[in-house]
Amino acid sequence: MTSATDTTAHVDGEHHDDHHHIPKGLTRWLFTTNHKDIGTLYLWFAFIMFLVGGAMAMVIRAELFQPGLQIVEPNFFNQMTTVHGLIMVFGAVMPAFTGLANWLVPMMIGAPDMALPRMNNWSFWILPFAFLILLSSLFMEGGGPAFGWTFYAPLSTTYSGDSTALFVFSVHIMGISSIMGAINVIVTIFNMRAPGMTYMKMPLFVWTWLITAFLLIAVMPVLAAAVTMVLTDKFFGTSFFDAAGGGDPVLFQHIFWFFGHPEVYIMILPAFGIISQIVPTFSRKKLFGYASMVYATASIALLSFVVWAHHMFTTGMPVAAEMFFMIATMLISVPTGVKVFNWVATMWRGSLSFEIPMMFAIAFIVLFTIGGLSGLMLAITPVDFQYHDTYFVVAHFHYVLVTGAVFSIMAAVYYWLPKWTGKMFDITLAKWHFWCSLISVNVLFFPMHFVGLAGMPRRIPDYALQFADFNKWISVGGFAFGLSQLIFLALLIKACRHQGESVSDQVWDGAEGLEWEIPSPAPYHTFDTPPVVK
Amino acid sequence: MQDDNKNIEQMADQIQPSPTQPRQDVDHGKTVGKIMLLVVGMFCFAFALVPLYDVFCRITGINGKTNVEAAVYSAPEVDETRTITVDFITRTHSGMPWEFEAQTRKVDIHPGQMGEVTFYVRNPTGRDIIAQAVPSVTPGQASLYLNKTECFCFQHQPLKAGEEALMPMVFYIDPQLPENINFFTLQYTLYDITETAEDAVEVAMN
Ligand code: HEM
Ligand SMILES: [Cu+2]
Repeated sequence: MTSATDTTAHVDGEHHDDHHHIPKGLTRWLFTTNHKDIGTLYLWFAFIMFLVGGAMAMVIRAELFQPGLQIVEPNFFNQMTTVHGLIMVFGAVMPAFTGLANWLVPMMIGAPDMALPRMNNWSFWILPFAFLILLSSLFMEGGGPAFGWTFYAPLSTTYSGDSTALFVFSVHIMGISSIMGAINVIVTIFNMRAPGMTYMKMPLFVWTWLITAFLLIAVMPVLAAAVTMVLTDKFFGTSFFDAAGGGDPVLFQHIFWFFGHPEVYIMILPAFGIISQIVPTFSRKKLFGYASMVYATASIALLSFVVWAHHMFTTGMPVAAEMFFMIATMLISVPTGVKVFNWVATMWRGSLSFEIPMMFAIAFIVLFTIGGLSGLMLAITPVDFQYHDTYFVVAHFHYVLVTGAVFSIMAAVYYWLPKWTGKMFDITLAKWHFWCSLISVNVLFFPMHFVGLAGMPRRIPDYALQFADFNKWISVGGFAFGLSQLIFLALLIKACRHQGESVSDQVWDGAEGLEWEIPSPAPYHTFDTPPVVK
Repeated sequence: MQDDNKNIEQMADQIQPSPTQPRQDVDHGKTVGKIMLLVVGMFCFAFALVPLYDVFCRITGINGKTNVEAAVYSAPEVDETRTITVDFITRTHSGMPWEFEAQTRKVDIHPGQMGEVTFYVRNPTGRDIIAQAVPSVTPGQASLYLNKTECFCFQHQPLKAGEEALMPMVFYIDPQLPENINFFTLQYTLYDITETAEDAVEVAMN
């Protein structure tokens, strides 16, 4: 859909000599305002957080390997589930997408950098502090947060430890970072598109990120308000969520999920964008239904504001409200279905090839759809009374988040890594990484559907004996999935050392778009002179 | 290809005299300003949700909360064709040591008729405690038609160590109560609010 030429237009004038040497050492990374550097920082940070959060998941699965309490204290178990969730959501998935946006959005729309480079540096560098604070709270007396990533009141108010203040502080920093990142994306896309890059010519990754950025702007402040209310309820005697003082704990859930549901789409819309870039490349066809993809993304985003109470079916809402939220939730699967249909239609009669990014993309399409279907089951109010707070919900959101969001991020890294480094990554390692991840992730999450349907509750360190066999397999899958990511680590280290065969500018022979027309590896500065898009 | 390149260079000359600068014709500050308005707006909106939620629940009765101030008896006439059963349930919040009981567990009453129920409380501990009772009606819709002309839940309830008390609650049911509701439950939960209400105590206890 976009075709452009630039490549040779890197005729940098003599009036900005600082452009030709890249600063070295630690200060390069500390003070950088270059979108590619910041993108790299975000991506490495996300990957480290992925490993840290993953280590916590290993603790959880080790405890659940057998029934009974054996390895950790229940209170520590709760801290693990809580911090695992927080780290994966705010530390791994969201920063990874922001990193990809940093690298790709300017290159895809023909801009020289992000619109607000200095703010970009800040929005990254406050993140490590947020997570340092969160992680260090685990070592405080009384432990870190143990109330679940959803921090429901009164668990987070009346019944929480003093470290709640640190939790609130770190969530505030994460929120500010996300908002700054989102502002940067919006301003860049609004103001810095190359001549001729009209909205309806923008690559879908750019579109989905634009819409995601608006979701972030709309709901991160709500999260900030929610944690602030928790803070004042706990430490300053307010009663937002305290029935004795005239408040209402259910109100907490409304506010949280008003943020929370759009938040889950924040974690999947950029994934939709990535898949929409990759599938056409390896099908050697244009994306089927470009415009419908844009409209589907926008309608998913809008609908995501009116479905939040599907997380609250069991709080005793009136029947009319339950019906409304059930139907609104099911409506979301219509635009989601449109997307899946379009991807499949893009592949239909395409000249397919199965390079690593495509393998991850296809795995995404199949496995994300499984997650969507279990979501649809959960949306049915009467059955959610049985499924709510069981492992069925855990299975659902791990299919959409791990085999959805995380797989899409891996697909993206494999797809654009050669462009970033100029070298093809180690394909053998990548194949090992793909197949080990694919198999283990299903051993890990698929049986969770069954134990969930049979009634195993989530967030509990022990379980009834009849769930023992399944949990053993789930844990085995978990350890295998965790180990598989070390293959990825090895591959990434090799790639960053620029080992491997050099690649062409286009890298993949079906790839289209501005980022494939600049040299490989992508120069430190691109599109100083804007390309013209026709 | 050749043509394209020429094109680019021409365009570049026109649009971008200084290639390192972002495009000149746009003011990022303005865009940022607009977005910041949205950010601040959404933060305030989240706080606005608190009163909005209360109003919404009061109008629809969804939450089963009853009014917090005394109603004035204004029923036009007693509807003797209908008899409504009201159940009273009492509980104390965890950590609240009082004994708390409705002396009448259940009343059958016509809409429009006045009813009175007395609740017994005792503070068995050796310290003074202030309590707050929070009512809740199930099904929630019935709360819209339950009018209390007098209720202990309108005030804090202080009891000295070892003291006991009888607390009245006077109510009537609006004859407009929908046909499908013939039975509802009024539940009171007692909370220990001694810590947060310390200064209110002095007044109440003297
Ligand atoms: C077809 C689309 C979807 C539907 C119909 C759907 C429906 C639901 C429902 C009804 C629940 C509540 C279950 C319960 O707690 O009883 C739920 C939970 C959840 N969903 Fe989805 N969902 C969909 C897609 C997604 C996507 C795309 C994501 C994220 C990428 C996601 C992430 C989550 C998460 C994280 C939870 C659990 C939150 C928690 O309680 O910790 N869902 N979903
Ligand atoms: Cu949801």
